[in-house]
Amino acid sequence: MTPTAIDYQIMWNRLIAVVEEQATTLIRTAFSTSVREAGDLSAGLFDRQGRMMAQAVTGTPGHVNAMAESVTHFVREIGAQNIFEGDVFITNDPWLGTGHLHDITVVSPSFRNGQHIGFFACTAHVVDIGGRGFGPDGNEVYEEGLLIPIMKFAERGEVARDLIRLVRANVREPDQVVGDMYSLAACNEAGDRRLQAMMGEFGIDDLQGLSDFIIDSSRKATREAIAKVPNGTFRHSMQVDGYDVPVQMVVRLDVEGDHLRADFDGTSGMSRFGVNVPEVYTRAYACYGLKCAIAPQVPNNTGSLEPFEITAPEGCILAAKRPAPVSVRHVLGHLVPDVVLGALHQALPGTVPAEGASALWNIQISARPSDPDSGLPNREVLMFNSGGTGARPQFDGLSATAFPSGVSTMSVEATEHVGPITIWRKDLRAGSGGAGALRGGLGQIIEIEPREGYDFYFNAMFDRVENPARGRDGGSSGAPGRVELADGTPLRSKGRQQVKNGKRLKLSLPGGGGYGAPANRDRASVEDDLKTGLITPEQAKADYGYEG
Amino acid sequence: MAIPKTRVGVDIGGTFTDVALAHPGGLSTCKVLTNYTQPEQAILDGITIAAEKAGIALAEIGQVIHGTTLVTNALIERRGARLAFITTEGFRDVIEMRSENRFEQYDLNLTLPVPLVSREDRFTLKERMGPNGEVLLPLDPVEVQTMVQRVLDGGYDAVAIGLMHSYANDAHEVQMAEALRAAVPDLSISISSVISPQMRELPRFNTVIANAYVQPQVADYLGRLVARLQEAGVSAPVFMLHSGGGLISVDVAAEQPVRLLESGPAGGAIFAADFARGHGLDSVLSFDMGGTTAKICLIEGAEPKTANTFEVARTYRFKKGSGMTVSTPVVEMVEIGAGGGSIASIDSLGRIQVGPRSAASEPGPACYGRGGTEPTVTDANLLLGRLDPENFAGGAIPLSPDASDKAVADRLAAKLDIGVSDAAFGVTEMVDENMANAARVHTVENGRDIEHFTMIGFGGGAPLHACRLCEKLGIRELIIPPGAGVGSAIGFLKAPFSYEATRGLFQRVESFDAEAVNAALKELEAEAAAFVNAGANGEATTTRLTAFMRYSGQGWEIPVPLPYKTFVDADRTQILEAFEAAYRTLFGRVIDGLGVEVTNWSLVVASVLPETTPVVRHDSGTVVTPLRTRQFYDAARRQAVDAVEVDRKDMTPGRAVDGPAIIVEAETTTIVTSAYRAVGQGDGSLRLTAKGDTQ
Repeated sequence: MTPTAIDYQIMWNRLIAVVEEQATTLIRTAFSTSVREAGDLSAGLFDRQGRMMAQAVTGTPGHVNAMAESVTHFVREIGAQNIFEGDVFITNDPWLGTGHLHDITVVSPSFRNGQHIGFFACTAHVVDIGGRGFGPDGNEVYEEGLLIPIMKFAERGEVARDLIRLVRANVREPDQVVGDMYSLAACNEAGDRRLQAMMGEFGIDDLQGLSDFIIDSSRKATREAIAKVPNGTFRHSMQVDGYDVPVQMVVRLDVEGDHLRADFDGTSGMSRFGVNVPEVYTRAYACYGLKCAIAPQVPNNTGSLEPFEITAPEGCILAAKRPAPVSVRHVLGHLVPDVVLGALHQALPGTVPAEGASALWNIQISARPSDPDSGLPNREVLMFNSGGTGARPQFDGLSATAFPSGVSTMSVEATEHVGPITIWRKDLRAGSGGAGALRGGLGQIIEIEPREGYDFYFNAMFDRVENPARGRDGGSSGAPGRVELADGTPLRSKGRQQVKNGKRLKLSLPGGGGYGAPANRDRASVEDDLKTGLITPEQAKADYGYEG
Repeated sequence: MAIPKTRVGVDIGGTFTDVALAHPGGLSTCKVLTNYTQPEQAILDGITIAAEKAGIALAEIGQVIHGTTLVTNALIERRGARLAFITTEGFRDVIEMRSENRFEQYDLNLTLPVPLVSREDRFTLKERMGPNGEVLLPLDPVEVQTMVQRVLDGGYDAVAIGLMHSYANDAHEVQMAEALRAAVPDLSISISSVISPQMRELPRFNTVIANAYVQPQVADYLGRLVARLQEAGVSAPVFMLHSGGGLISVDVAAEQPVRLLESGPAGGAIFAADFARGHGLDSVLSFDMGGTTAKICLIEGAEPKTANTFEVARTYRFKKGSGMTVSTPVVEMVEIGAGGGSIASIDSLGRIQVGPRSAASEPGPACYGRGGTEPTVTDANLLLGRLDPENFAGGAIPLSPDASDKAVADRLAAKLDIGVSDAAFGVTEMVDENMANAARVHTVENGRDIEHFTMIGFGGGAPLHACRLCEKLGIRELIIPPGAGVGSAIGFLKAPFSYEATRGLFQRVESFDAEAVNAALKELEAEAAAFVNAGANGEATTTRLTAFMRYSGQGWEIPVPLPYKTFVDADRTQILEAFEAAYRTLFGRVIDGLGVEVTNWSLVVASVLPETTPVVRHDSGTVVTPLRTRQFYDAARRQAVDAVEVDRKDMTPGRAVDGPAIIVEAETTTIVTSAYRAVGQGDGSLRLTAKGDTQ
């Protein structure tokens, strides 16, 4: 039976369900908190050439788009002649995978009737990878943990026991990390079972026709969307905190017909600390931001990603060279959409939001007994927290909501069962949204205290403390972030610090920028913000000229 | 107390109020239009009609069982009480900050659902409990009095109280509630440690707020209903079907209306469970398809699968995360925006998309001729010969194939440059794919293999689509019960009295504290038994215990059935084994070297259902005489096939028809594809099996 266009549409629809099932399997079996709670994973199907055909919609665009590139690296490194039925490949190479050592990517070739037809791939953030632990303080990638080059996790169904032993000997939570490696492999198998059933149902023996159909129609739709963007060259820059010195992110966007190029020439050089970003991750987030604004409905696959040509000169902080430290590459990575959208705004006014807090304020807390002889256990706690998003041309920004990341926060009650901390406060930060005709989203305030018998350490990796999210078209900046003790003692926004028993850590997360002149905000909205306490009476007067 | 012989089930849905009256002479059913301003009027009308049909007096009715979408609708339509929410200082915005994520990854103009209680009506108390119920910051009585005054000054209709870790220690919530009650005796007050005593502040706060929001109106409605029934001569007690699939008294329902959220759909799952029991089927997937949505539920051992949280009032294309997560015991159902009225369109990539937008009943599908111009699933079914234009709804609604043809031709076929029947095929295949994919993912999430399930299909749309769905899912047996149009109301009559009491009590298995657990379970049992005995006085009951458990560090618990007994510390081994068995079922393996913990406990007390007589099942039968031969489009064969049309009345026990066949009745049409055959069963249902299995 030769498939018709309708058959291809139905199969495409099915493939999206297949990769969702692949992702669901991973979410349900993974150990990593960030995978299960926050959807920090990706899963997808690729054709024989390594072109991505379908991908599950999960919490992290950074993974998604980076993984799309990685399969071609596997094909190149392993060599087509060395790909056998029952093989499973693995890597956590930040430059070939998804940007830091904590992300393990597993690729499983798929066979039908003895013929190699494609690959399933998936990526997850593991709880530990050895080295210094998750944080920006390393000066070379070697300090950040174990690097697994592209290699076989299993050959013809036989697991590489030496690799497992090596991993076990190098990480703090060997059961969980090795367990996650198996979970990754198992989720690819789950995807393959469904794919095989579908191919049987539709009577096809290879994926070529379907892959061409998906990729060609997605490319065509994306190119058509790009063609609607006016031609021109659009430049934009944004200064962010970085680690110890401010970072300039500079982009040049060239649009010509249905072609779009973004290049980050002019961006600051690399940092000595782990905030550097491998180019693959920069590309992932730049592409994500542009796609949201230009072609949001086109599903993610090679056809919809390829038309966005994104480059950064090697050696800048957004295209870090080996052996740069890259552990917390997400901080600057999450800020990339703001800078590309700023450039796109010149081409498409009235489409993109103002800048937002953007980088997550993730905090890893290591609770340690104040008295080492007390016999109390060490505990680790991870929290994901978000500031405000930028105001949109027609809507206010979203308060305490992740963008561009799509992760979720965890319950405070559940977190307090995990470790000996009390979270005294986690609520909206009044007045932190940038003023504008449309107001920026509010940040939040979090106060955390070690419980009796404990102190804690935390790894700060927070941006937009020195450089707040800027407004657009006359909108004001959102409030900058603050890191301090509740008694007012200032703390650093990057690096490992201690909070002693009896003290409270206070995090004030940044707000999003406003859109349009505050004077143009309608009175009812100002009154509503006042009534609900999202802005103060002083702000109402100073920013909006509201006298009541 | 024996179950009365004459009982009536009433389901108020969005369009129709369904009545099913069981009496010594059989079952009498009817449908009347839902009355939005006075729902109780439609109930009275319906009961009166059904009683007349059955030839019995209203006074003979011994029990009224009611389920309603009233609570869900009040939440969706934001028609509720003016409400104050009192919470712990520092946590005023929990319900507004939600999970801090976006449920739609690529939409820059996403808007989030507005919280039920606006920020200015959310007040905080200086107080704090720790995770184990220890008081970290005591509640000052002066602070309590100030709060009472604020609530008074605000003139609220209802108050919800939700404090941090109150599932572990309710003292501060109770203290606040008592002070309010002392000051305003008739104020509606809901507290989270009663309504939803489970760990995780967001769902618990949502739940107590939803309860308070609808409580005054539900209490008022139920009061009117009971009074009107009595005036009309129905003096029987009224019971409500709760979302967990059991019955509670009308008084409990008026106090805890949030338990009624999914009561209508839960009735459908019980309806299917009853057929599963009769047919002796262990693994069943119920499939309920109406005009706007389809619902899927796993039924194992004749028990619908339940969960302790779910999402209500989704605001964005039925998308996970776009609604409000509440924690209350519920029959777990997957809802998809797929029904007969679902609208088909072409997206920017030239692909056919179906739903979740629906033409509903007004204007309805194009073929209804009521002004609808967009092509729907019903239009596609008509064009593919699966519906008879002369005989839809027993001939009550004449369908216009020309209108369907025009809608599909203009809106779909022309844009894709394909024929009308290819486009119509694309529409039904796409909607069937969507439903099949949802069913598959749901079974995977539960660690089950869908091929081993039997499907039970009901609701107006299911008999048209179920056989094709089975083909897609590899399901080889399908039951289409009779009376499928009023399935939920019939299901109400099959429900046990039951109450699920839950409690957050954190336990690490390695340091299992039997004494603490026993004390908590005793309270749960007393609580649940009291509610059940209010209805099932004297009937035998069973008690089922479930612990929600996980490996330390994991974020989600799995339900683990445990024996209900007095535990000793040494039972930790048994508990661990039970956890590992459940974990293995779901995930295929267990993990060594990790601690295991319990977060929440749930205890269900339920009345024992009467023994059912097994249905006489027929594998094959004598071939029934067809009414005529006509064509329909068989999706698996990609072509129109000559099918026999038979009257469902002729499909008596032991009468059979081979697919391709069309079985017609007034309420719906059952399509038997070429790969299946249908046999009438002892209970009036149709049993469809894959041909290879029964030849």
